[in-house]
Amino acid sequence: MFAAENGLKGDPRLEAISAAIRVVPNFPKKGIMFQDITTLLLDHKAFKHTIDIFVDRYKDMQISVVAGVEARGFMFGPSIALAIGAKFVPLRKPGKLPGKVISESYELEYGHDRLEMHVDAVEPRERVIIIDDLVATGGTLSAAISLMESQGAEVVECACVIGLPEVKGQHKLKGKPLYVLVEPSGLDGFC
Amino acid sequence: MATEDGQDPRIPKIASSIRVIPDFPKPGIMFHDITTLLLDTEAFKDTIDLFVERYKGKGISVVAGVEARGFIFGPPIALAIGAKFVPMRKPKKLPGKVISEEYSLEYGTDKIEMHVGAVEPGERAIIIDDLIATGGTLSAAVRLLERVGVKIVECACVIELPECKGREKLGETPLFILISSA
Repeated sequence: MFAAENGLKGDPRLEAISAAIRVVPNFPKKGIMFQDITTLLLDHKAFKHTIDIFVDRYKDMQISVVAGVEARGFMFGPSIALAIGAKFVPLRKPGKLPGKVISESYELEYGHDRLEMHVDAVEPRERVIIIDDLVATGGTLSAAISLMESQGAEVVECACVIGLPEVKGQHKLKGKPLYVLVEPSGLDGFC
Repeated sequence: MATEDGQDPRIPKIASSIRVIPDFPKPGIMFHDITTLLLDTEAFKDTIDLFVERYKGKGISVVAGVEARGFIFGPPIALAIGAKFVPMRKPKKLPGKVISEEYSLEYGTDKIEMHVGAVEPGERAIIIDDLIATGGTLSAAVRLLERVGVKIVECACVIELPECKGREKLGETPLFILISSA
C-alpha cells in the first residue's frame, strides 16, 4: 500500500522525497523511465525523511532483521536497522557472499538473476522487513521472501521508496504486505 | 588506530564480530567478512558511532561510499553528520552522465564511476569502504573526486590489511581505520 493512503496523506515529507528523485529516460534501455534515487541521497533532508518514515513505522513492531537487496537496498536498509535495533542482512548477487549461502532465482523487469543470503543470517521465527529502493514486478522481493521463509523467518512487510504502477492496488506480495512511499515521477507515457 | 592514547574500548568487540573466511574468493586469501558485524547490533552501532564522532562538525559535506560494502557504512554516517551520500559504482550502474577513473587489478583493470554533478568543487569529502587492501579502489576514488575539485579530508575503512600496503598507495591522503589485521 502507498504511504499516502496509510496515515501519511498530505505529509509534506512525501512530496520532498518525490521531488528529490530524478527520472532518467531510456535507461538501461529505450522505453524505461529510470527512477534515480542517487539524487535523493544528495538531499540530506529528504534522505533523512525517507529513513524517518520507515523507522517510525517499524520501530514498535519487534522487527529483529532488516534485509536489504543489493545494491540500492544497502543504501536504505542499514540506517533503518540501526535506528530500530535490528540486524542488517545483505541479500546479494551470486558469488559475493563468502560463507555458506542459500539462493533463489527470479525474473527481473529486464532479464533474470539469483539472490543469495548467508545461511546463518536469520533464525527461525525472527520478524523480518525487506527493503529495496523500488518495486516493479515484485520478482526480486518475492525471491527475498522465499529466502527468509526457507529459514523459518517471518516476513512482516516489504518496504520500498518507489512503487511502479503495476503494484498500485496490490497490498500484498506473495501474501506479504507491501509498503511504498511514493509513485514514480515524470511518468507521462510510461508503459 | 582509533585513538592515540590507546585503543577505544569498543574496538575489540567490533574486531571479534568480524568473521574470517579462508580461501575466498580464491585459495590463499583470508576474506574478512563484515556481514557478521552487521548481525551484531551493538558492534554495528559502535562502528558507525566511531566514524561519526570523528567526522561530525568538521565541515564535511560529502560521504562517498565505494560499491557495494561502502554503501552499507556510508549512508548512516552521512545522515548523522548532515552530509550527502555519493555512491561510487562499477561501470554502467549509474543511470545519468558519469565520470570514471580506471584502476589496476591483479590481472587487468576496472573502473569506478560517479555521477556528474553529485559533488561541487571545494566540497570536503570522506571516502568509505569496509576494507583497504592494496588501495587500488580507494586511490581511484580519491583521484576521481580530486579531478572535480573536491578536497579529500580522509579515507575511512573498518579494516586494513597492512601487508597489502594500501596506506602507501594513498600517498598524501590520510587514512583512518578501526582494525588492522596483520
